[in-house]
Amino acid sequence: MSKQKSPIMGWIDDRLPVTVTYEKHMSKYYAPKNFNFWYFFGVLSMLMLVNQILTGIWLTMNFTPSADAAFASVEYIMRDVEWGWLLRYMHSTGATFFFIAIYLHMMRAMLYGSYQKPRELIWLFGMGIYLALMAEAFMGYVLPWGQMSYWGAQVIISLFGAIPVIGEDLTTWIRGDFLISGATLNRFFALHVIAVPLVIVALVVLHLLALHEVGSNNPDGIDIKKHKDENGVPLDGVPFHPFYTVHDMVGIVVFLIVFCSVMFFFPMGGGFMLEYANFEPANGLKTPEHIAPVWYFGAFYTILRAIPDKLLGVIAMGAAIAILFVLPWLDKSPVRSIRYKGLISKTLIPVFGVVFMILTWLGTQPSDGYFLGMINNTTLARWLTAFYFGYFLLMPFYTRMEKTKPVPERVTGGH
Amino acid sequence: MKTVIALIALMASSLSFAAGGSVELDEHKTDLSDTASLQRGAQTFMNYCMACHSLEYGRYNRVAKDLGIPEELMQENLNFAGKRFGDLMTTAMRKEDSKKWFGATPPDLTLVTRVRGGDGDWLYTYLRSFHEDKTRPYGVNNTAFKDVGMPHVLADLQGLQKLGCAPVSTGYDSLTGTEIMVDSCELAEPKEVLYLAEEGQLSPKEYDNLVYDLVNFLVYMSEPVALERQRLGWWVLLFLFIFLIPVYLLNKEYWKDIH
Repeated sequence: MSKQKSPIMGWIDDRLPVTVTYEKHMSKYYAPKNFNFWYFFGVLSMLMLVNQILTGIWLTMNFTPSADAAFASVEYIMRDVEWGWLLRYMHSTGATFFFIAIYLHMMRAMLYGSYQKPRELIWLFGMGIYLALMAEAFMGYVLPWGQMSYWGAQVIISLFGAIPVIGEDLTTWIRGDFLISGATLNRFFALHVIAVPLVIVALVVLHLLALHEVGSNNPDGIDIKKHKDENGVPLDGVPFHPFYTVHDMVGIVVFLIVFCSVMFFFPMGGGFMLEYANFEPANGLKTPEHIAPVWYFGAFYTILRAIPDKLLGVIAMGAAIAILFVLPWLDKSPVRSIRYKGLISKTLIPVFGVVFMILTWLGTQPSDGYFLGMINNTTLARWLTAFYFGYFLLMPFYTRMEKTKPVPERVTGGH
Repeated sequence: MKTVIALIALMASSLSFAAGGSVELDEHKTDLSDTASLQRGAQTFMNYCMACHSLEYGRYNRVAKDLGIPEELMQENLNFAGKRFGDLMTTAMRKEDSKKWFGATPPDLTLVTRVRGGDGDWLYTYLRSFHEDKTRPYGVNNTAFKDVGMPHVLADLQGLQKLGCAPVSTGYDSLTGTEIMVDSCELAEPKEVLYLAEEGQLSPKEYDNLVYDLVNFLVYMSEPVALERQRLGWWVLLFLFIFLIPVYLLNKEYWKDIH
């Protein structure tokens, strides 16, 4: 931005705070200069959100939300609509990469304690986005009206039936019918294309406003605002624009290379992104051999199945998501970053990441199978579920007990 | 990070085990660029399958265009239902009738290879696995799809297979190089195998080729845009790799004075 404001800009600024807003969030938003690899996934999540919204708009132009025509209209998009196949694959591959980006983004927050005071609200808004995203993805998966759309919805919605007293009525209310039907498809279409995206976008705005209020964390987990120059600019900060815009561009292009490699050459993702059974139209009289949710729900589905009792299983699954919300109040460590935490945290955080990945994997597998041919899937699922909850519930104790390392005054590493 | 990569590799390797079903499948080496094979496959489909099975998400004109078949040729020789050139490839058989005749409505086959594991392997195996079974309504059963309702439509071409004891190859003699044949019921793990009891119009090799072409065509039908998708994919990746150079250099230029 030039120092001399143009008269047009001045006229606008007197009426709408364009320059002030731009400076607050871009050119004078000072981000720590030591961001590493993990810090790409916020902007990549946003990229995928934009991808989903844009491709989604064009998909709705040719999709027919009715039980009779939905399946055929998806094939119509794939065959007869100009570039329809590309829009559809961008959308279906985008869902998977959205979750990959979100999971890595959340892992980053756990590694560097980005949820700790004063960033609790950022984490809560983020968890809200994650929850809305799960609802969005679930309802979107029902729309092509294939066998897995139908039976996946059947299984997930029937979970609400486990709730005592109101359960049965609740499932009928969600479906809008006594079984999954065209009524369900229609309302899920409305929620998927209007209601939930609005919620997600609103939460993303809040997530960013809250972030820009307190400032970004960094891999050292220290406050860069403690050391400022004479102009009040943090010594370890760089203006977001242009420094992080050009920096993020590199991450975006590399990410797009991976994304396009999968989308153009493996659009079905080996049956994990587009499940084989979903190429058969929904049939309420024929249950598929093996009903599995899409991979990104795998971990929570595993926790559900690990508990032999249906109601307790549903409670455990709900608790597994709910416990993430209170993470900022479970971590009692005086330091934020894994770099300066004690041995227990240093070990448990990466192990948690691996455990979450195995739980995710198990969710896509039959429960009577064997993990790597060694251990029964259900037995393993129970152990890992215990670890999952233990990791969070014991956090207040081990983060307080363990001996932390002294935190540096200024950021280390980076550029 | 290294543990993460190792774990992904480990999971990917166990994937191949998970994908296998109860039957061992023969590999179909799909080649969508072999237009002649796709044309032969389309011909076989229209002559032997189309009476019962539709391709209701595809259109005649799209197949003609993609497979390089002139409109007149397609309409006169492959469009037996007399549909218009731009019509969907539905069948004339009513679903209620076929359900009565076969016990189940013959499924639409547009997406059959995607339903069956995303490639042609299952279908290639299935169409070569019919065998005599007097207990079944149409006198045949199938090792890849037990008690299937479908008759062996290609029996005139293939002949009749039986399931039982027959010589199978166990490898090659290291001295003479000749193939060693052992009766399948005298193996360490005895098993019944498919063997040709009555010859058909085609030799086994010719029949395999016919089925290969047919499956090739159905893999094409499941995603007509597959070749175009890959062709475009290479250009997109090429662009991204070239674009990465200035983006990388721009980033480096901006950050060179930040320490």
